[in-house]
Amino acid sequence: MTATAPSVRPPAGGPGGDERLLRSSPLRKLLGRPELGSVVGALAVFLFFALVADSFLRASSLATVLYAASTIGIMAVPVSLLMIGGEFDLSAGVMVTSSALLSSMFSYQMTANVWVGVGVSLVATVGIAAFNGFMLTVTKLPSFIITLGTFLMLTGLNLGFTKLIDGTVSTKTIGDMWGFHSAHEVFASTWTVGGMDLKVTILWWLLMVAVATWILLRTRFGNWIFAAGGSAEAARAVGVPVKRTKILLYMGVGFGAWVTGQNLLFSFDAVQSGEGVGNELIYIIAAVIGGCLITGGYGSAIGSAVGALIFGMTNKGIVFAEWNPDWFKFFVGAMLLLATLLNAWVRKRAEASRS
Amino acid sequence: MIEPPEEVTPERPGGDGRTPLVELDGVSKYYGNIRALEGVSLEVHAGEITCVLGDNGAGKSTLIKIVSGLHRHDGGDLRIEGESTALASPREALDRGIATVYQDLAVVPLMPVWRNFFLGSEPTRGKGPFRRLDTALMRETTRGELRRMGIDLRDVDQPIGTLSGGERQCVAIARAVYFGAKVLVLDEPTAALGVKQSGVVLKYVAAARDAGLGVVLITHNPHHAYLVGNRFVLLKRGVMAGSHLKDEIALDELTRQMAGGSELEELSHELERAPVPGHLGGHPSD
Repeated sequence: MTATAPSVRPPAGGPGGDERLLRSSPLRKLLGRPELGSVVGALAVFLFFALVADSFLRASSLATVLYAASTIGIMAVPVSLLMIGGEFDLSAGVMVTSSALLSSMFSYQMTANVWVGVGVSLVATVGIAAFNGFMLTVTKLPSFIITLGTFLMLTGLNLGFTKLIDGTVSTKTIGDMWGFHSAHEVFASTWTVGGMDLKVTILWWLLMVAVATWILLRTRFGNWIFAAGGSAEAARAVGVPVKRTKILLYMGVGFGAWVTGQNLLFSFDAVQSGEGVGNELIYIIAAVIGGCLITGGYGSAIGSAVGALIFGMTNKGIVFAEWNPDWFKFFVGAMLLLATLLNAWVRKRAEASRS
Repeated sequence: MIEPPEEVTPERPGGDGRTPLVELDGVSKYYGNIRALEGVSLEVHAGEITCVLGDNGAGKSTLIKIVSGLHRHDGGDLRIEGESTALASPREALDRGIATVYQDLAVVPLMPVWRNFFLGSEPTRGKGPFRRLDTALMRETTRGELRRMGIDLRDVDQPIGTLSGGERQCVAIARAVYFGAKVLVLDEPTAALGVKQSGVVLKYVAAARDAGLGVVLITHNPHHAYLVGNRFVLLKRGVMAGSHLKDEIALDELTRQMAGGSELEELSHELERAPVPGHLGGHPSD
């Protein structure tokens, strides 16, 4: 039990040391980063469209790509944290629409300042998301089932309530109401930076990626997220509040849905009640391409941002290349497969026991 | 209903009169009409290893659950540092200095070693929104504590899943020691490990003992138990089948008792007579 002196790299076979010391190289270490696959993929996609689409490298095109990426990315961040925590949220896509509808309809019906609707929407959306998390931890059913239920219910509520209140499938315009201008500034304004017309959502996106990365890597809560997804039993055994962690992660998704929903509303001045269906899969795919393991316990917020960027580039790149947009889905599917294969390999490497 | 079998010496010398860290006195546990444990007594002293031996279904798991606070005992007396008590939760057991290392529940495989080490008790610095993990301290402490136990990791950032089963057990043990455990309960730490890895784990168990902890080593391997143990408690079908100090019993006798004496002799005869198949070459592998 004597403490061996902290000598420089004891040779293999020395006291306490072993043959493992020879194993790792900087390259291997780099390969161990969750974002790596997505960064390589993003570079490949960028080069590809830069070559095949002449207009892709124009400032206006890049701004369009970034805007598309940011609307996906804002949701991909909390969805990836949730996935690292070991759960899914299939209701994330329609929740965005619910949030926008709530905000719009509440302001209109109450003839209140739109900020009141925005506030009510925040509370309600985070509440719906917390309901997801609460149901999950109480019933212990798979999140796939719980959120599939919420997904269907929200889809129905979105259509039903909008028709009931407004008589059509879209909300009444709130463009002339009090507070619309300032809310538009916060959620949907455009800034001109160096000749590029950048949407404010890009700022929201970067902010969320930064905060999520901070939380994941530098806070106790981040440690608990990884543990809750990696092995809930082991985490519970050392005193990690696994249930609370998961409910908070769902609430994070609610917050993201609120931001995206307000952008949806204030980019125009009305919302289509049928929107958002299918987007939940896009968020999940962005998280997976970004290196999140479907089974939880591994991934990064930055990776989800790169995944969203790949989405934005592919989506708009196909348009700039003047191809049939039908090809988009093929690209997405191929990238998802590649990303999952890479992830599976990473996991095998990380979990391989060398006993 | 304590019925000591003939080999048992019920009046064991009480050491040098110290109060045991943990003492079970005629402890029983029933699940409905099932007798999981009855009349089991053992002592755990600081700087000693008490081995609990038994075959599958002997009541070893039940014993662990009582000592680690997962279940309350139904009869008898559980004393922690002389004070009669009943543990209500694993948290309470931890607070009273009893740490349990389970075979599979020990770690989160995909997380780095240092994050695993501090999981659930992470040190932080800074205030308010800038309250953050003290990662430098966490890495340094992990490295240092593991080195103290004789494990020199090149990289505490590697996922703990890349360590061998034995090393993972050792990290869990080092963690318990660091967080101030006085009593360490080890659930089959050498099961599912190869011979060499088992040796490594036993070395760390001995290191924990030398650090002054009382250790409860649950195992079904009398050879491993005899290498490090000071006291041996044999369980069989929920009751004590023997309780010995090391100098009272030889390995052969321990093995014989554990396997059920005559049963083992019979088995050994059968095995001796069995012809060695030629294609196996007749040499023991592993």
